[in-house]
This record gives sequence, C-alpha cells and structure tokens, in this order.
Amino acid sequence: MTLDDLDVVDRRLINRLQDGLPLVERPYVAVAEELDITEGDLLYRLERLREGGVLSRFGPMYHAERLGGGLTLAALAVPEVDFDRVTETVNAFPEVAHNYRREHELNMWFVLATETPEAIDAAIADIESATGLPVYNMPKEEEFHVRLHLPV
Amino acid sequence: MSTATPLSLEAHRSPGETDAHRRLRGLLEQGLPLTPRPWCTLAEQAGMAEEEVMACVRRWQADGMIKRLGLVVRHRRLGIQANAMVVWDVPDERVALVGRRLARETAVTLCYRRPRRLPDWPYNLFCMIHGARRERVLAELTAIVERLGLDDLEHRVLFSTHAYRQCGGRYVQEGAA
Repeated sequence: MTLDDLDVVDRRLINRLQDGLPLVERPYVAVAEELDITEGDLLYRLERLREGGVLSRFGPMYHAERLGGGLTLAALAVPEVDFDRVTETVNAFPEVAHNYRREHELNMWFVLATETPEAIDAAIADIESATGLPVYNMPKEEEFHVRLHLPV
Repeated sequence: MSTATPLSLEAHRSPGETDAHRRLRGLLEQGLPLTPRPWCTLAEQAGMAEEEVMACVRRWQADGMIKRLGLVVRHRRLGIQANAMVVWDVPDERVALVGRRLARETAVTLCYRRPRRLPDWPYNLFCMIHGARRERVLAELTAIVERLGLDDLEHRVLFSTHAYRQCGGRYVQEGAA
C-alpha cells in the first residue's frame, strides 16, 4: 500500500488521528462524525491501513523514560568499505530501535532503547567492542515540544 | 515504526499496581482494538470494568506515561522520503530560546537539545524536518532560518539515505531518543 492507494477520506482520517483519539466510550464514532463517515467505514479503513502497513501503530504512545527505560541517540563514523558489515553487527543488537544512514562523516545513526537507564552504557560498550568503532552517545538533554503531525 | 520490543510494558510495574493493571498494559502494547467499544474489549480481556480501564488510561495520560492516543504513520511507505536531521551549534545561553522557537514551526517534527561531542561534533540542537522531496525540506529550512533570524548559527542538514531498521522499539519515534 502506498500514498496512491489512499483516497481523500483515508488521508483526512490519518491526518485527524495524528492529533489523537478522544478518551470516550465510543471514540471511533466521535471521529467518524467529525469526518462525516460512518463508524463502520472508519473501522474498515483503519483495519485496511493497518494491514497495508501504512500504520505501524495505533493506540497509546508511551513515554519511554517514564516507563523506566533508557533511551539515547547514538552515531558511528563507519568506513565505507565496512558499512554493510557494521550495519549487520549493529542491527543484531535487540536494543537498536531505528538505524538510519545519513550523509555526514558520522554516517550511521541509531536509537538505543533499553529496559533500564543503566543498560545504555553496557549496550554502547558492547557495540563498541563488536564494531571496533567509538560510539558517539548523544542522549536527549532537553525536549522542545512540537505538535507531531505529518500531513499526507 | 514497529516490531521487536526492547521495552516491555508488562515487565515494568509501579508500586501498588494490580495484576489486572499489568495485563491491561500488556494488551495496550498491542494497540487499541478496532471495535466499536475498544475500552470494553480491553476490559473483558484484562478482567476489569470498562470504566476502570478508561480511568487507568486517563491516569496514565495524566502521569505522562502515555503521551497520547493516536497513530504512527510509516511515512516512508507513504512516499514522504526526505527525512532531514538538522543540527545546530547554538551558544548555550541561547539554546533554550532557539529550541522553543524551532519547535513551534509546523515543519519541525522533533526538537531536542543534546550534548556536543567535541572536536568531531559541535552541534547541540537537533530537529527533524520531513517532506516529500529534499527540495521542499530545504526550502522549508531556508524559510525557517529567515523567519527566526538564525543565519548566524552554524548548522548542517543530514538527510537520511537509507533506513536499515525503521522500527525496533515500538514506542520510540524516529529520532525521539
């Protein structure tokens, strides 16, 4: 499923739900009314979007630190010839959440998520010894709040 | 942005929490049921009453454990290809102000202050800008720099060229660490 498979109602629905769902007994009815569709249609569309892989998650968004976990953004400067090997090594760690290649000397950027804050240092040490490269650890020091909304 | 779960909600347990609460967290981890009364569906599965489930979720929202109820879009699937991490070297005394102003820009989807890693990495403010194409993202950035008067700040745009793993942590938004 790609952007072309979405009709105008799907797009309005995705845009609307990025703002959140009301905490009421029948939340889907409330949103369906706003969009001028039926609850059945809305549920069918959500099901289809979820099965089509457009939505990776639907429901509560958790605050990782409040759950007691550790979270950080880390980067590596990987020599070009080793890039594939290092990617495989890094992605084999269950603590690695996202891993993006970016255009910079620091060319591999990944998020580490662990059960406890203390486990971050151990994960970094393990990644350093597995890859032979220094990990640049850049944990969040302050968050400036945005309204998360990616219009489609 | 989903799959493996490095953070297990069920494993985490607050003092005074009942087994039903813990079960509810585990169920919520799977997402909200697509049934007309999703809280009622969860209540039946967790062995609680519907009102009790809603009260729990309301409390978890108030505590900040649940940020919001909504959805996560796999933007790459939808052709939102350009994903720029824009990093800035901002004097420490200005960073909070600049961060707050950047976060108010609609194109900015995340904005964090992080430590510099000198000498290799002088940047202490990170924000994400998404868009369908690079040109759009760069035009947006130029407009932001002008609007906020940031042209004196050294900054770099790091586009991502490949997502090797767009998920892992189910609760972790991209760049949100």
